This record gives sequence, C-alpha cells and structure tokens, in this order.
Amino acid sequence: MGRYVVRRLLQMIPVFIGATLLIFLMVNVMGDPIAGLCGDRQCDPATAAQLKKEFGLDKPVWQQYLTYMGNVFTGDFGTAFNGQEVTELMRTAFPVTIRLTIVAIFFEIVIGITLGVVTGLRRGRPVDTSVLMLTLVVISVPTFVTGLLLQLLLGVEWGWIKPSVSTDATFGELIVPGLVLASVSLAYVTRLTRTSIAENKQSDYVRTAVAKGLPRRRVVIRHLLRNSLIPVVTFIGTDIGALMGGAIVTERIFNIHGVGYELYQGILRQNTQTVVGFVTVLVLVFLIANLLVDLLYAVLDPRIRYA
Amino acid sequence: MRGATHAKWAACAVSVALAATACGGGDSDSGGGSGDGGAVLSSSWGDPQNPLEPANTNEVQGGKVLDMIFRSLKKYDPETGKAEDMLAEKIETSDSQNFTITVKDGWTFSNGEKVTAKSFVDAWNYGASLKNNQKNAYFFGYIEGYDKAHPEDGSKQTAQTLSGLKVTGDRTFTVKLSQKFSTFPDTLGYPAYAPLPQAFFTDHAAWVKKPVGNGPYTIDTYTKGSQMALKKWDGYPGDDKAQNGGVTLKVYTDNNTAYTDLMAGNLDLVDDVPAAQLKNVQSDLGDRYINTPAGIIQTLAFPFYDSDWNKSGMEKVRTGLSRAINREQITETIFQKTRTPATDWTSPVLGEDGGFKEGLCGDACEYNPAAAKNLIEEGGGLPGGQVKITYNADTGSHKQWVDAVCNSINNALDNDKACVGNPVGTFADYRNQITEKKMSGPFRAGWQMDYPLIQNFLQPLYYTNASSNDGKWSNKDFDKLVNEANAETDTAKAVGKFQDAEEVLRDNMGAIPLWYQNGSAGYSERLSDVKLNPFSVPVYNEIKVS
Repeated sequence: MGRYVVRRLLQMIPVFIGATLLIFLMVNVMGDPIAGLCGDRQCDPATAAQLKKEFGLDKPVWQQYLTYMGNVFTGDFGTAFNGQEVTELMRTAFPVTIRLTIVAIFFEIVIGITLGVVTGLRRGRPVDTSVLMLTLVVISVPTFVTGLLLQLLLGVEWGWIKPSVSTDATFGELIVPGLVLASVSLAYVTRLTRTSIAENKQSDYVRTAVAKGLPRRRVVIRHLLRNSLIPVVTFIGTDIGALMGGAIVTERIFNIHGVGYELYQGILRQNTQTVVGFVTVLVLVFLIANLLVDLLYAVLDPRIRYA
Repeated sequence: MRGATHAKWAACAVSVALAATACGGGDSDSGGGSGDGGAVLSSSWGDPQNPLEPANTNEVQGGKVLDMIFRSLKKYDPETGKAEDMLAEKIETSDSQNFTITVKDGWTFSNGEKVTAKSFVDAWNYGASLKNNQKNAYFFGYIEGYDKAHPEDGSKQTAQTLSGLKVTGDRTFTVKLSQKFSTFPDTLGYPAYAPLPQAFFTDHAAWVKKPVGNGPYTIDTYTKGSQMALKKWDGYPGDDKAQNGGVTLKVYTDNNTAYTDLMAGNLDLVDDVPAAQLKNVQSDLGDRYINTPAGIIQTLAFPFYDSDWNKSGMEKVRTGLSRAINREQITETIFQKTRTPATDWTSPVLGEDGGFKEGLCGDACEYNPAAAKNLIEEGGGLPGGQVKITYNADTGSHKQWVDAVCNSINNALDNDKACVGNPVGTFADYRNQITEKKMSGPFRAGWQMDYPLIQNFLQPLYYTNASSNDGKWSNKDFDKLVNEANAETDTAKAVGKFQDAEEVLRDNMGAIPLWYQNGSAGYSERLSDVKLNPFSVPVYNEIKVS
C-alpha cells in the first residue's frame, strides 16, 4: 500500500510540469499582454517597456517559465495587473469555489446516489422510468439554461432567493448555484448507481446475504451499495476537479467571485500570472483528487488493497 | 419502500434549505426609507484593471471611484460638460504657455490634511515620472521637463520632477508648458490631475488598499475584486455635497446578472444595460431607463502605412466606403438606438459652443449606394478587390456591427465578397497588431474622450505621430490648423480653427465616422435625480434615495 502511494506521488511530478508548461505556452502565444492594458490607445513605449520588465515579459519564454516555476516552489505566484498578489486572489477565490464544490458534491452524493439506489432496486417500474426521463432532460439542457431559468424563477418571479450571491458567499446562498452546478453530474451519478446496483442485485453474494436472513436494509447498504459504489466514486472523484475549474458558467450567472471568475478575468486581460497560477493549483487539485479516489478503492474493495 | 423515504428526505432537505435562504435573503442595505439623505444606494461595478491611483486609471470603472473621492482644479458640469472652477480660485495666463494657478482656501483631504499647491505639484510629478509606471503619464506631456522625467525612447530618466512646475506659495504654483496650449486649463478636470495627500507618498501600499481623497465621498471598506462601500463625507467643503448617505459599488461578473438583480430589487442602479435586454428595457423600467449621449465615437481607421491605402485617389475610395454604410439602419436594428449616426468626428456632448457641428461630414457620411459605387470606381477600386474590417471579438458586440457594415457595403457594391470581417481573438492581441502596424485594411477604432474638448477628439487621433493615431494618418494642413488652434487664446476662435482642421480630415476621409455612443442606465424606484455625465458615469452625488 505504501509503495503504491509513493509510486502515485512520483507519477504526479511529470504531469504537473507538463500541464503548467502547456498553459504557460498557450497564454504566451496570445501576444503581448501589455498592449491591452492601456485601453483603446497605445501605451507610451517607455511605460510599456518598464511594465514588461517588471512582469518579466522581456525575457525569452523558457526563461520566464523557469523563473516562474522557481518562484512557485517558494510560494510566490507573482503579481496580477491590478497590483494584487496572485496568492491574495487565490485566498479570496478558492474558499468560495471550494464551498460551491462542497455543496455540489453533497447534492451529487445525497440526491444522485439515493435516486440511483431507488431506481436500481426498482428497475422498469414507473419510478425508474420517470427518473430516467428526468435525468435525460437534465443532461441534455445546458447548465446556463438551467441556471438562468432558476435565477429568473426563484430570484425575480417568486423572490425566494437573491439572484446574485453576495461577497461572503455563504453556504446558504450557494445552495441554488450548487444545485445548478451539480445538475448534470448528478444525473450521471444517478444513472451510474442505478446500473451498478441493478447488476449487482443479481449477484451470488446478495442472494447469499438475503438467504442468510439479513435485514433488507443491511443487505442493500453493506453488501449491495458498497460494491456498487466503485464506479460512482471514480466519477465523483474526478468530478471534484472538473467542478472547481468548470464552475465558470455558474459563477458568471450567479455573480460568484470564485476561481472561474478570476480565470475568466485573467484570460480576458491576458494576465499570465493569474491564469498560470490558478491553473497550477487546479492541476494539483485534479491530481490529489485522483489519488484519493485510488486510495478509496482500497477501502471499498479489500482485494485492491493487496494488489 | 425504504428507498422512497430516502428520496423524500432528500427532497425535504432541499426545500428546507431553499426556504432558509429565502429567510436569510432579507435585504440588509435597504434600511432608512425616509429620504433623509442618509440612505445608501447600491450600484453595479466592474473590477478596475489597474491599481486605483489618479494617474494610473484609464478605464471607466476605476474612473468612477476617482470621480467620487477626488475633486480637482476643474470639474466638468454633468449637464453641459463645460469645465468649471472647483479647487481653482484662478488660473491666469498671458501667453497660453505660462500659467499661474491659485488654489482655493479651506479645502482638506478627508484625513484632515490641507490641500495646498504642493499637493498638486507632488501628484503631477509623481504621475509624470517614468519610474512610477503611471499609464496616464502622457497627460503631463505638455509640461516642460516631461522629456527628462519621462524619456519616450526608454533611455535613463534624468530628472525626478518636472522643471515646468514650481510652487510659489502655500496656495499658488506656476506651470510652464513646452508649447502653446490655450485650452490647457480646461483639461485640468481630468482625474489624472487630482491632488494627492502626503499619506500617498509616505505609505503607498496602505493608500492603494484604501485610497484617501478630497471628494464628497470617502471609502469605508474596499474588498478588492468584489465590493467597495463609499460613505458620504460630512466634512466635505465643496458645494456639490452628496445627496445620499453613500454608495455601495458591487462588482458583477456579468452585466446580465446586475440587470437581473435590479429587476429583483436587489440592486438600485445599473449603469450598463446589457445589449440582450435593450428590447425589454422600456417595458421593464419605463422612465427609469436613461439613454443619453456620451463622449464616445466609433470610427473605422485606415492603415496609412500601407501604400495600397495611401496612394492618390484612395480618398475617393474611403469616402465611397463611408457612403456605402447605412448608419441609420444599423444603429436602429443592432444597437436599438443606443447609438446615433455620426455626422462629424466629435461628439454631441461638446455642444455647439464646444465644437460639435452637426452635419460637418456632409454628403460624405450620407448613405447613397449609387454614389458610393461611383466613388470607389473613380478612385481605382478596392485594393485587392476586397476590404477586410479587423476587430476584436472578445468584448462588446463588435462582430454584429462589423458584419452589418460589411453587408451594407456588399449590397451597395453588388458584390458578395467586397467586404468581410476579420476577427482577432483578444483585445490585447488586437492592440498588438495595431501597434505593430499589421493592419491590412480598415479596422475598428473607438475613442472615449478624456475631457470634453474638441481638441481631445482631433489631436490625439489624427495629428502626425500622435499617441492614438493608430492609422498613422498625416496631413500638413491638418497639423498646421491644430497648432494654430492651440495657440489661439480666444476659445471661440480656437474652436473655429479646430473645425477647419476637421474639414481637412473630412476631405481626405482620414477615418470614417460611424456613430456616437450613448450611455445607458437603469435604476430602481427608490432613486430619483439619476443622470449620466458626459463620460457616461452616473452623477452619484446628486442621486436621492427615498
């Protein structure tokens, strides 16, 4: 088990370097970011040159990358164009997005798995068909439509919620945006759980458990669900990273100042430091989430533990 | 059965949670409804691009705040755009080149420091000095000694201060310009010329976190990137005191969300109505929707560095293109009348006395497909048989109008391929290509005035090698007339000279004027006396909250 973890950790290094290098190059080929800083007029050449020097943009790209990575390891992510440290931007943006992700994952687990178990146990019955239809609708409607619709209905028409999230972005305010963000994944979780449960229901160990006279609740939760969760856990684990990086649409609609918003601003203003910094952290989140998923397997299925 | 109860439980949890947010969603900042001048209003905002320093702010969002927390020597009348004395007691000159400025007595910064002549001189020196990287440094370019404090070629800076600025007393200082510039005093209302307190220089980092100025508002709290709460400064000595208790500026990720918030009663003022909502705005807001001219003009510039566009006869082609554009139709269908077809190269906000002359462009800006076709043929046809209009596709609705302009040109010329749009991915890349002179045909150009003067609409854009002359247009007659206008001490005569210069621009069609842009805003029922100034920024201090 220990060797397994070490091997996984070592694998993360090249992935990390490759991903950051790619992003760095991609942002850099977009042209000179200073050109866009002065609005619809040309920056005066002396100031532009000085700014370039300050942000290290006058050096060749490979050198910029090396200095940048060197700084990152000391915890210095550089300065954004508005004079703020990128680490400061992260300190304000990540907690908000993490809260949003927690809400979304919570909905995925609670609603998704519950619906999945219910439909899986009742395959072909009216509950199953209606939930399946519902998930199909949710999957096919884009997030921004769901988001804008809920915002309009709950926020403007019925006045149940505020249409936008305040600066504090408390859990209470994030419920609707979290639900919107989770919606598509939630539908997938439902379907995955359903299939997995329906398959395992026929298996020998479930029949044995039932034959032993175990209470139905125990059979479903301890035997059936535990074995059926493996694919679902994989999905949810990889989804953590996707939700954090992909919240951009939801964050825009509900005015949430999280990672998606900072990334969007960074790309629009072509702010290399912000974009690369945030993506670097997101890459780490992805890698760690994947590692956790693999470790969770071992918990769910003892056979993997000894492999 | 048990599964079903689980599902029910989850559903209940969701509905309870929803109800909880509803309970917790009560508006906290809508207190005090008696109209006593103490109530606070909330307004939409965008994240400023640069640190908030007067000489470093060149976009509307940062400028909005500076406008609330600073007062300068002059102030532009929100109604007429005329420059009026604010902190200036008098500005005297006999030769349009040497100015003696007296600052009014009794003004302080909100931290108690006195506003003196030194507050201005120090601030201007700071703004001009190359080492401070101020993006508006060029505003001080007319002052003598600028070339030493801010060498354009990037060579070593040899002076820290401007030799043309001298403090001569507690409240007086003199300004020496490097050339005659009669309307110089009228430029002094621009935020870059604001005075700065000593605190700015002694603890710069702290000041930028929470700027201190001398305007009707002070900054209460500032959370970068999300919200700024400004409150009325009770000790403000000026006569344009705030009529409300304060303003909370909220950063919105998307102006559609701001508009939705306004509809839901969660926000009081939106100063940028999203294009998608323009169709409903009349029915949604009625007379709480404002749509007034702002000092912004959009034009099509030409690459005069490209010999194809600069050879003789091309002025006919350029004029022909101008006549092939149906401005009326485009402003109506694409912009829902939030733009007005342009008939000169300035803006209606200047007023007739200020230099706006309706119809100065004459026939050259009137839609006439037949005449357009003739002119282009006479001029030798389109270079390469086709024009490509370059624009940045990331912001604004540039794609829509460029396509419409091309469509109009194609129809006029009976040729499907006469004009095509040429999108560039990002604004930065677009600016990059302009700076590197890579344009092969007309390109989008927009100009938002710095101060309401005809000079500002002509000189920076069309004078030989001027800072924003992106097309590198150059004309001796034009330059001569601009120089004469700047040397003229009589304002009316100066304006006349500038208009003569504008006629030279028209005869050569140095750039095609398209339309004047309006400022648009919408507000809640709580507010009254809302208006936009010529810069399309709400006049916050005059807004009353009930």
